Amino acid sequence: MTAPRDRTRANRRLAVKLGVITVAMFAFGYALAPMYDLMCQAFGLNGKTGRIAQQTVPAPVDNTRTVTVEFTGLATSGLPWEFRPLVKKIEVHPGETMGVKYLARNLAQEEITGQAIPSVSPGVSATHFKKIECFCFTQQTLKPGEAREMPVQFVVDAGLDKDVHTITLSYSFFNTNKLSAKKYGGAALGQVEDTAKHHAHPTTASGG
Amino acid sequence: MATAHHADHPTGLSRWLFTTNHKDIGTLYLVFAFTMAVIGGLMSLVIRAELWQPGLQLVDPHFFNQMTTVHALVMIFGFAMPGFVGLANWQIPMMIGAPDMALPRMNNWSFWILPFAATLLILGLFMPGGGPSAGWTLYPPLSAQGGIGTDFTLLSIHLLGMSSILGSINIIATILNMRAPGMTLMKMPMFVWTWLITAFLLIAAMPVLAGAVTMLITDRHFGTSFFDAAGGGDPVLWQHVFWFFGHPEVYILVLPAFGVFSQIIPTFARKQLFGYDSMVYATASIAFLSFIVWAHHMYTVGMPMAGELFFMYATMLIAVPTGVKVFNWISTMWRGSMTFETPMLWAIGGVFTFTIGGLSGLMLAITPVDFQYHDTYFVVAHFHYVIFGASVFGLFAAVYYWMPKWTGHMYNETLGKWHFWLTMLGFTLTFFPQHFLGLAGMPRRIPDYALQFTEFNQWSTVGAFMTIAAQFIFFYLAIKCMKGGERATDKVWEAADGLEWTLSSPPPYHSFTVAPKFK
Repeated sequence: MTAPRDRTRANRRLAVKLGVITVAMFAFGYALAPMYDLMCQAFGLNGKTGRIAQQTVPAPVDNTRTVTVEFTGLATSGLPWEFRPLVKKIEVHPGETMGVKYLARNLAQEEITGQAIPSVSPGVSATHFKKIECFCFTQQTLKPGEAREMPVQFVVDAGLDKDVHTITLSYSFFNTNKLSAKKYGGAALGQVEDTAKHHAHPTTASGG
Repeated sequence: MATAHHADHPTGLSRWLFTTNHKDIGTLYLVFAFTMAVIGGLMSLVIRAELWQPGLQLVDPHFFNQMTTVHALVMIFGFAMPGFVGLANWQIPMMIGAPDMALPRMNNWSFWILPFAATLLILGLFMPGGGPSAGWTLYPPLSAQGGIGTDFTLLSIHLLGMSSILGSINIIATILNMRAPGMTLMKMPMFVWTWLITAFLLIAAMPVLAGAVTMLITDRHFGTSFFDAAGGGDPVLWQHVFWFFGHPEVYILVLPAFGVFSQIIPTFARKQLFGYDSMVYATASIAFLSFIVWAHHMYTVGMPMAGELFFMYATMLIAVPTGVKVFNWISTMWRGSMTFETPMLWAIGGVFTFTIGGLSGLMLAITPVDFQYHDTYFVVAHFHYVIFGASVFGLFAAVYYWMPKWTGHMYNETLGKWHFWLTMLGFTLTFFPQHFLGLAGMPRRIPDYALQFTEFNQWSTVGAFMTIAAQFIFFYLAIKCMKGGERATDKVWEAADGLEWTLSSPPPYHSFTVAPKFK
């Protein structure tokens, strides 16, 4: 048996080693965030769409197939905008470059900046839905009362699964400023009654 | 360190505040755990009372959601985990022939974090806007929106996590460094083995939760966007990180109970544990597998087919080592000279209910089927069968088994049996019908339900009140046993085996001041 003093030292050494494991696992928890993003991009997980630059060489268009692309959009509760697609659906051939427009109108009395987050369903088609140009690539700022038509240009590539006949593209438009979002109704759950009382702005419109 | 202590020790409040003694701290943990169990139990009664009939009667939906959330957090982090750490504190030094835990001062600290954490957790409910209502899994965006009560909860989870990490470091150091000469790893009692593995799970999983909670806090207050879609984050990321912690967590809750079953069943079957080595390997395999199955909690979130298949097969693989354990317990009982004292009843009852919970878990593991069961009462029934049916039954089994050793008095066997049978009946009445409710499509975490679910819900509510009422038998019995009663022998049980039974009942303040000989 080891002497008590040796044992105390051994205990401390082991505790420190285990502490290092703990700190490493804490860091690993954080590392999961970039790892998750990489996985999503690599496999098109969670509706993350593909993105390409302007096509220099036009891809062959597959005229034998048509795919229905549906459009929808939603201004989230913290963003007092009217936001909707101008066309609800179109038929496209794989490989063909198409464009549609969404309409956004600022209903508030101040300038507001928003960011649209796209999502494609079914999720397995996301990597084959490629956006060439999109208002979601940058933040959008609207002056009080300003309305703007926002373009999306996309191509559904020929690699799309033969069983997929309909793709839905949806956007959630968020207020980029958290304080402003809170003011317009994206409030903390517990303060629902308060915001209901001071609901000064018109209800937010949603597209679709 | 422990050997430097004097034979006499402070009494009164300061004894408990400043104690570095493993038995005192074990007692503190157990008292704390059962106090939290009462609080969490009362919350479950609020839930069950509201669900007595369809429509909204007693509480408003927002408060109902706070009850489901805080009930789970209190039971998991306040009752089950500290309860087993209490057992580890009491038993591990005695079972491996050590005088005390390896790091006694840290031991004191890891306990005394808990009352503060619990206070924060409960206080959250009384904040403006109420407590957290996003469910114990705290999924954003709901958990990112809650009021200050949610911040209380998040800080509380940080503290609870720190406490269990410190406790685990201590347990690992004790087991690896303080064993009696001759006790090799493969000769350790199963309870010690399961706790060693659990402690490693804890230091690997809890920091990941701490990371996730920190990200959520910075998202809420410091402008980061880990889970906030507006800033380019993704709420689904939370689900991955949370369940990377969450699935090992369920084994953290259940493995020590497996250790308890493996101690008790041989004693009352009067046979050696069947397949000791395979028990050890099975426990280690379960621990390993627990880190690669997390996404089976989120099949419906939209994963590619390959992911769903991988998580399905990996999850179903867990049935193999788990099956090994159940077969070993049954083989231990096979042709044994069995008697059915209260600890044995809890142990067999625990194996029985755990097996049912394991089978419903297998059903949930099957991806296409899970799409229907997801977020229904079937899931509620499943995890109560494993967490209540295995962890809590294991905790009770252990307390009955070792209580005569701790107090030096036998408990009242008749009352103990009443406690078991009433709990078993109440438990079954509460949770068995919930399988049917879930299969029929009743969603969880909703205070109202469709008319056709009324009858099963009423069974459930009656069962819940019965289960909670039965626990008062236990509190009466435990207090009576602490105060006096028939003297327990050192060995307590006829066929008890292990170093703890070579000590007097109650054991001396410092367990083994001279290391015992281990055969």
